Amino acid sequence: MLTLARQSLLEPAGIGDAELMRLIGRLTTGGVDYGDLYFQYSRSESWSLEESKVKSGSHSIELGVGLRAVAGEKTGFAYSDEIILPTLLEAAGAARAIAHQNAPANMPAAFHGETGRQLYRPADPLASLADDAKVKLLERVEQEARAQDPRVKQVMASLASTHESILVVRSDGVISGDVRPLVRLSVTVIVESNGRRESGSAGGGGRFGYDYFNQQDRALDYAREAVRQALVNLEAVDAPAGTMAVVLGPGWPGILLHEAIGHGLEGDFNRKGTSAFAGRIGQRVASEQCTVVDNGTIPDRRGSLNVDDEGTPTQNNVLIENGVLKGYMQDTMNARLMKVAPTGNGRRESYAHLPMPRMTNTYMLNGKFDPKEIIGTVSKGLYAVNFGGGQVDITSGKFVFSASEAYLIENGKITRPVKGATLIGNGPDVLTRVSMVGNDLELDPGVGTCGKEGQSVPVGVGQPTLKIDGLTVGGTQA
Amino acid sequence: MSTTTVATRPAVADRNSRERLAGVVGQVLAEAKKSGATAAEAGVNISQGLSVTVRLGEVETVEHTRDKGMGVSVYFGHRTGSASTTDFSEHALRETVRAACTIAKFTAEDDCAGLADPDRLAKDIPDLDLHHPWNPGTDRAIELARVAEDAARNQDKRIANSEGGSLTTHEGLEVYGNSHGFLGTVANTRYSLSVSVIAQDESGMQRDFWYTVARASDALESPESVGQTAARRSLWRLGSRKLATRQCPVLYEAPLASSLLSHFVSAVRGTSLYRQASFLLDALGQPVFADFVRIHEQPHLKGAQGSAAFDSEGVATQPRDLIRDGILQGYVLDSYSARKLKMQTTGNAGGVHNLTIDPGKDDLAALMKRMHTGLLVTELIGFGVNTVTGDYSRGAAGFWVENGEIQYPVEEITVAGNLKDMFRRIVAVGSDIDTRGNIRSGSILIENMTVAGS
Repeated sequence: MLTLARQSLLEPAGIGDAELMRLIGRLTTGGVDYGDLYFQYSRSESWSLEESKVKSGSHSIELGVGLRAVAGEKTGFAYSDEIILPTLLEAAGAARAIAHQNAPANMPAAFHGETGRQLYRPADPLASLADDAKVKLLERVEQEARAQDPRVKQVMASLASTHESILVVRSDGVISGDVRPLVRLSVTVIVESNGRRESGSAGGGGRFGYDYFNQQDRALDYAREAVRQALVNLEAVDAPAGTMAVVLGPGWPGILLHEAIGHGLEGDFNRKGTSAFAGRIGQRVASEQCTVVDNGTIPDRRGSLNVDDEGTPTQNNVLIENGVLKGYMQDTMNARLMKVAPTGNGRRESYAHLPMPRMTNTYMLNGKFDPKEIIGTVSKGLYAVNFGGGQVDITSGKFVFSASEAYLIENGKITRPVKGATLIGNGPDVLTRVSMVGNDLELDPGVGTCGKEGQSVPVGVGQPTLKIDGLTVGGTQA
Repeated sequence: MSTTTVATRPAVADRNSRERLAGVVGQVLAEAKKSGATAAEAGVNISQGLSVTVRLGEVETVEHTRDKGMGVSVYFGHRTGSASTTDFSEHALRETVRAACTIAKFTAEDDCAGLADPDRLAKDIPDLDLHHPWNPGTDRAIELARVAEDAARNQDKRIANSEGGSLTTHEGLEVYGNSHGFLGTVANTRYSLSVSVIAQDESGMQRDFWYTVARASDALESPESVGQTAARRSLWRLGSRKLATRQCPVLYEAPLASSLLSHFVSAVRGTSLYRQASFLLDALGQPVFADFVRIHEQPHLKGAQGSAAFDSEGVATQPRDLIRDGILQGYVLDSYSARKLKMQTTGNAGGVHNLTIDPGKDDLAALMKRMHTGLLVTELIGFGVNTVTGDYSRGAAGFWVENGEIQYPVEEITVAGNLKDMFRRIVAVGSDIDTRGNIRSGSILIENMTVAGS
């Protein structure tokens, strides 16, 4: 990975170890504790279909270098979209202007590369299928969706991929690289019956080539799944309003963990004491049945990375073990300030953004209950299986996530579908009310994107079926 | 702290840059023509800025931003392809045009694809007062952010922590051209100052924020006032409780009321209409809002956040009513969606321009009196809005109001309804219009919604 990244990023610009040393020298002069250079080159494409035609496609190239200088809790940052030594030296000067001491540069004796591992193949996904085959794939998805039911009125489908090479050069001498493929296929359908219209969406993806979608009929499955959801919604009645037992299905509903506890356990908020979870390591924050991890090392997953955007290898980090809070997710700066080890969670949207602690693939481990048994215990409640987005206020701990497919549970049985509704809860105590955890862990299909402070990064979530004894459901039927 | 000296860069929008970007557009259009494209359009932008954050009185981050980009769309008859790059070298521009042309070989014939009609392109481009260069330098920027944060922290002992005060500057230059011969240039600046602080007492922590934004630095609210407002808003929320589930009137505070109008825009956008993905299909000429409501676009307002003389296809923008007496007068269309709907573009490629709901006479306090008993919403979280059905369900925080007076802060509740009903049931629009965004609204009072809580 490192060799590939160096070849694509440094060699064309004629930048070798001597030039890197000069840049690190400029960046860390004047009392800078730590500095790094982040080289990035990425190519992306997307193709989209609507009204039975692939009408548009786009291609983009992004290239640049981010230069960061850290002194204590201060960070100076500048970037350049040209990999040219004089421009980079100027940016290094701007970034280190936060430091004002008369101190020498903080330079390594030599650089040493970390070869690292390979959780995914570095091959270019844009080239993994011929352009006409990409168009045909979307057309097949569309035809499959329409063939499901005459009530399907519109089909929108898109296919997208990115091929990104990154190289991190650090003032402690570490050089680390990664080559990251990412593909995604999404389908949305609109169905209509007796003047009522509803929609359904499905999709998937990960860090591999487009051939994934042609294997095991996956692309066609997305089409069928989107139609199924939309048709369910055609029958949906108004959702209930109020606090009730909620059973969440496996997979995507794991967005609960991402919002309710994930963001609150990111190191920056905890170092600053602005998170509702600050200072709570070792305390019980969930029922004993709950063990939650953030795992950046699962092969081929959308949220996985060989190394994070600071060159730290990703890990399988235990966040909550049998209900007890074990640890936070850290980047290098917050780890240093909190005197703990980095956890491989330092991520950034691009060279033009500063890294910060972010999630990778966040999920709850299996419990012991059969999902049917869990539903059987609910006399009146909600069963939610698909979700759109979510959001959290990390300070008050209040979080929401919005169901796009849900059913009423009456006397232990799933009865009628209900319209989408937002669920709201309090992060630090919602998991204490988890009374049953299923044995059917699933990860999401690979389309999740997380936003924080204006930066988007690909992530994953997952969980087994679980039951929360009381959660507020924001329907209209009071 | 000692003095920082960072080389002051020349303004982004000087004559030199304008000529250089126009040259890039010309080069790209020529390359497209050479490649056999029957039509093409290109947009180029450059920008630079500074963003500083001071937290607990200390500098936290100093970021220097400097971006550029070029995007091109090519047409081969009715087939199209697009590509973009951040590299302006001749080689990269040529490769980018080639990538767009390659895509156009595989996309389908589409009768509606193409440039805007030539007679709709802007001819006179008025100066909308959007460009006021100001380079405060790092030290001055830090000082402003620090004064704002200090004002919040000094307000009350219960302001226990902070996410910081931030000052951001932005100067940008955009040039758009197409093969009809249109070439338009826009220079703009944008400055913002914000503070986010955390209030704490025995009941827990609450965070809130305030910000000011302007095209000219002297139009910003004072740092003291930004900090004090942020502190006041955080303190207000201490001791928030849950409400029991109920039906009641809901009053959206002005900074959030604009979100209701953005849901309206999503539903009358051409793309949502021709895809039949809107709860306002075939609503032209129909009552959509309460009878007294007028919603209009003011693209030529001087110095406003959403002002533009032409849209992202070069089409001249025009002031117009979208809602008059509650009735839908027009959609939000670009050339493509207009052709799909057999209509004319409304100059909204890229979005609306200073969409404004006419203010009423009541300020927020008077609106609370008018509501008498109900929920004042000051924060919304989540994305529970379905544009296809109009179903609406979002997380909320705010205040419970009785007899027109705030009783206590509330949180961990949702507000839900259907946008079709909510728009028709608007009882009043406040005089407290928030002009910080592209959608300008006073506080909005809705007759009745479902509030879910304990």
